[in-house]
Amino acid sequence: MSALTTGLRRALPRLNRRRVVPAVAALVVLAAVAVWAVRPAPDAWTTEDLRLSGDGVELDARFYLPADRDAHVPAVLLAHGFGGSKDTVREDAEALAGQGYAVLAYTARGFGRSTGEIHLDSPDHEVKDAQRLLDWLAARPEVTTDGAGDPKVAVVGGSYGGALALLLAGQDRRVDAIVPSITWNDLGTALVPQSADTDAAGVFKKSWAGYFFGNGTASPERGGPPRQQPEDPACGRFAKDVCAAYLQMATSGIPDENTLALLRKSSPATVLDKIKAPALLIQGAVDTLFPLSEADANATGIAAAGTPVRVAWFTGGHDGGEGPTSDSDRLKYLTVQWLDHYLKGEGEAPGDDFTWSQVAGFSALDRGLVTNGYSADAYPGLGGTGSIRVPLSGSAQPIANPPNGNPGAISSMPGLTGRLSSLLSGNVALDVAGQHAVFESEPLTAAADVAGSPTVRLRAASPTGEAVVFVKLYDVDANGTATLSAGLVAPVRLTGLPADIAQARPVTVTLPAIVRQIEAGHTVRVTVATSDQAFLTPAQPATYTVAVEPELTLPTLTGTPIADPGSLWWLVLAGVIAAVLLGLVLLLVVSRIRHRRRDVAVVAEHADTPLVVRGLRKAYGDGFVAVQEIGFTVERGQVVGLLGPNGAGKTTTLRVLMGLTQPTDGEIFVFGHRLVPGAPILSRVGALVEGPGFLPHLSGYQNLQAYWQATGRPWEDARFEEALEIAGLGDSVHRKTRKYSHGMRQRLAIAQAMLGLPELLVLDEPTDGLDPPQIAEMRRVLQRYATDGRAVLVSSHLLAEVEQTCTHAVVVNKGRIVASGPVGDIVGESPSVQLEVSDVPAATRILEDLGVHSVQAEGTHGLIVDMNGTARSEIVASLVGAGIGVDRLVPRRRLEDAFLALVGDNSRGSGDR
Amino acid sequence: MSTLEAAPGYRPSRTLPIWAEVRRQASRRRTQLALGFMVLLPLIILAAFEFGGGGGPDEDGDGGGAFSSMADLATSGGLNFALFGLAVSAGFLLVVVVALFFGDTVASEASWGSLRYLLAVPVPRARLLGVKLTVAAAYSLVALLLLTGTGLLIGTLRYGWSPLGSTIAAEIPPAEGLLRLLAILAYLATTLLVVAGLAFLLSVLTDAALGAVGGAVLLWILSSILDQIEALGDVRNALPTHYTDAWMGLLSTPVQTEDLAKGAISAVVYATLFWGIAFYRFTRKDITS
Repeated sequence: MSALTTGLRRALPRLNRRRVVPAVAALVVLAAVAVWAVRPAPDAWTTEDLRLSGDGVELDARFYLPADRDAHVPAVLLAHGFGGSKDTVREDAEALAGQGYAVLAYTARGFGRSTGEIHLDSPDHEVKDAQRLLDWLAARPEVTTDGAGDPKVAVVGGSYGGALALLLAGQDRRVDAIVPSITWNDLGTALVPQSADTDAAGVFKKSWAGYFFGNGTASPERGGPPRQQPEDPACGRFAKDVCAAYLQMATSGIPDENTLALLRKSSPATVLDKIKAPALLIQGAVDTLFPLSEADANATGIAAAGTPVRVAWFTGGHDGGEGPTSDSDRLKYLTVQWLDHYLKGEGEAPGDDFTWSQVAGFSALDRGLVTNGYSADAYPGLGGTGSIRVPLSGSAQPIANPPNGNPGAISSMPGLTGRLSSLLSGNVALDVAGQHAVFESEPLTAAADVAGSPTVRLRAASPTGEAVVFVKLYDVDANGTATLSAGLVAPVRLTGLPADIAQARPVTVTLPAIVRQIEAGHTVRVTVATSDQAFLTPAQPATYTVAVEPELTLPTLTGTPIADPGSLWWLVLAGVIAAVLLGLVLLLVVSRIRHRRRDVAVVAEHADTPLVVRGLRKAYGDGFVAVQEIGFTVERGQVVGLLGPNGAGKTTTLRVLMGLTQPTDGEIFVFGHRLVPGAPILSRVGALVEGPGFLPHLSGYQNLQAYWQATGRPWEDARFEEALEIAGLGDSVHRKTRKYSHGMRQRLAIAQAMLGLPELLVLDEPTDGLDPPQIAEMRRVLQRYATDGRAVLVSSHLLAEVEQTCTHAVVVNKGRIVASGPVGDIVGESPSVQLEVSDVPAATRILEDLGVHSVQAEGTHGLIVDMNGTARSEIVASLVGAGIGVDRLVPRRRLEDAFLALVGDNSRGSGDR
Repeated sequence: MSTLEAAPGYRPSRTLPIWAEVRRQASRRRTQLALGFMVLLPLIILAAFEFGGGGGPDEDGDGGGAFSSMADLATSGGLNFALFGLAVSAGFLLVVVVALFFGDTVASEASWGSLRYLLAVPVPRARLLGVKLTVAAAYSLVALLLLTGTGLLIGTLRYGWSPLGSTIAAEIPPAEGLLRLLAILAYLATTLLVVAGLAFLLSVLTDAALGAVGGAVLLWILSSILDQIEALGDVRNALPTHYTDAWMGLLSTPVQTEDLAKGAISAVVYATLFWGIAFYRFTRKDITS
């Protein structure tokens, strides 16, 4: 862990002024970007909350106006679903307002904060309310009008609101376009469906009906209108007649005349021929309440009146919810396109082509369903454009009707949306043993794109003459997992049945329309069950016998896949890659040009000088100045010693020399080439800087080879034999370097520096770790090396080494040069000697009398005397004559003087760089 | 010319040849171990399936368990077996391996001290990084191919050559399945560019190889954790790890490619950014190791 923290600490840039400023600037920019990204966008609309009254009710409404409108805008009347309010359609209202429409969202009577009772979109109540809203819209100065009192308006709504749109358009010619979605055609057939072609009543869809009835009886939300009078607890906010109809239907399971009449009145089926407003009908394929057949009936009825109709299906609905994003995006697009054309007059007239979607699989990221959109030239209805016949096998089977429908089979779970994936690919559906008959096909040889209502012919016998059964179509995969697509079942009530199956006449059962690809290798299973928890079944137990004719018809539909907007991202990707490559090429070209310009610069006067250093200065980021005013020259044939205590700046100088570190100031010329990091001229320099650096997992020999390979130069130029001889490692050269001693590594490193016999050899403390014989050998090697016009630069903190090895010396301390010149000059006899005497004070006096230049005490017995021309013999004679014992007299040399003077006080140096 | 006055035979563009770097890395124990493990892992998985007894299919059955279904299907054929091997490695193992190849490459040279000798050759700094990057990428790719290839080979030998199955789509015939597998491999390689970029950047910034590798893996994990926090909303789309699972889109029919493209864009942008900073920094910094 410590290595990690060290690493991270090193990875983080050191803070100093040079870095703080750009860092702060970068942070500010980042923060600005973040703020810009999350800041709330200003609303593109304004809102106005209203209470609109008439006919004894007060409607809670909100009027949205686009913020940037020029003069008049067309309006959209936005109606909500059952149990909702103006707030549940807020997002849609805002989206439409953002598209430039004045939107009036309101809460229907009997819901939310509106007063009044629920009449189920009755033409006498809810539809009249909506007409008054049209009046109100026409009076608003912001709204475009077609004439006095006639606003340019579309009605948009889902479910309860969708039916209102249809009913209003049928009753009021002022409506210019409608977009009803997931709504009903005939409330009677929707709530009491019958899938067989008989006249018998349907089967009551008890769980959906109960779910909505419960919704309507719930008390109004807090802050709503106070109740005028105590309500009937059984009916809640429902109008009396609606409540009575529900109670009647839910009790007996079969609606009576009054109920049927009431449901009929609330059904768009009655007004379809009067609708003149172009209609975009959106219906969900995962909807057990208002299946695709409802929209189909609406589309047929409206089209028959010559009004433009467009149908779109999506993977969702009352069970499936909004569906995947790709679907809701498509629906939003279609809606806006529809409104833009019929209200604003913008865009081509939308055709009557049909779009739908089919499940493609799961999203890899959020596990949601992914659908693919398809389009066809015309709406094909529920019969598809083609059909395939699938043979079914299975004999007549007896099935038991459980008393009061319990235990009952499960097909869907009304009111629980968001289970889209399980409804379409899971196994939610459950059949109870003994209560269902199974008729199965062989595995399909080819995949079938089913879209529409499958049909099958059913025969049934019942001892009571009546039977209620549910026909379902399962898609069974190779592992036996059966999926009831969207949880859709076909309820069938048959009357007048014989007791014997042999005498039963077949009836055609039209199953609910599904959109599904049944894959090759899957089988199709038709199940006939006696119970379903979503429906009200006969309370009396009975045993029916059912048989299915051995042929199932599956309507198929092939369409053109709608271009996936996702493909745009691939273009973006291609653009990004192209930009990166282009940038790369540009960078390469620019850097090549710059290199070329730089490399040709040769300073002629230094062209034959291995090394010229001038005015070198290196200051680190934290202000520490490692070296300054360093200047020296290494000529051919010279062995130059860079002498100085630890931390004097020797290594920094050599680093700059090797192009590892950028100098702050000054210049270096190698054979006349200005030296910059990576300058090709460095190939004529061999180096050992700051200790060896080898790949520990390779042997010494392999390391040398690896190094030479990295130079890319011809193999024979390396002179391995000579280098290995210098290294003198014997057989150890084939051992891994991690097992080497310090000295062995050092010798190998020197050998590596000498590979290719470079004209300038730079060695940093070459004798470090060597034993005395090796040091002596190294000395000879270096002296020999500097022949043939080659030169050597050696750094050392050892005086003796420089003195014995070098022809020239440069003495540095605290980053500055303190002496330089030929070793012979500076090492020559110096005018001072070092004495060791028995009595220092006495000796000092005598020496001063002799007229020497200076006397300096050193230690308890030592004296350093600058003799100023006095002979050494004379000094000794005088001291001995005065009775002072002389233990030792050592002549000093200039280099030593210089060195000690510098190092004496402060041998710790000025830092360790 | 650039060779003027340089040592005979020296050309900046010939320094540190790719093969020299390949050899430098190949002789390292960690390279051998990492690649060896790529071969070993499918064998270990095979052994686990063989000796682990027949664990029946997962009973969740909610369709959401794409992963559990993958494990159930792993023994259905060579393609599924190789896919399973990739899927279990994608989240962490491959990240570590790629971080190792990219994070260690410069930092270890720095810690050995051999970096300064390479630069004194002189190998131009940009070329040094370029070669290191290429070789690290090549090794990462070899690791990926070894993992997939071994899985495919022993999976096919043991379980046969069957269609690529998944519970979210129809079985894909073997020939197309192989293409899908290769596409998944390509996508994984693309997403790993982010790790590669990050590890390489850290490798340039630090002398501690462990710091670079560990740092890259840590940041990757951090990004994965942030991606789990739904409160972050759309910010998560910008996280480098957001699209790492998008390869699952290649298992459905037809393939869902939108997230693949977004993931590839994200990976390319991040890798370019990280590598760009690495090059910028390395070509200017003082080598103090």
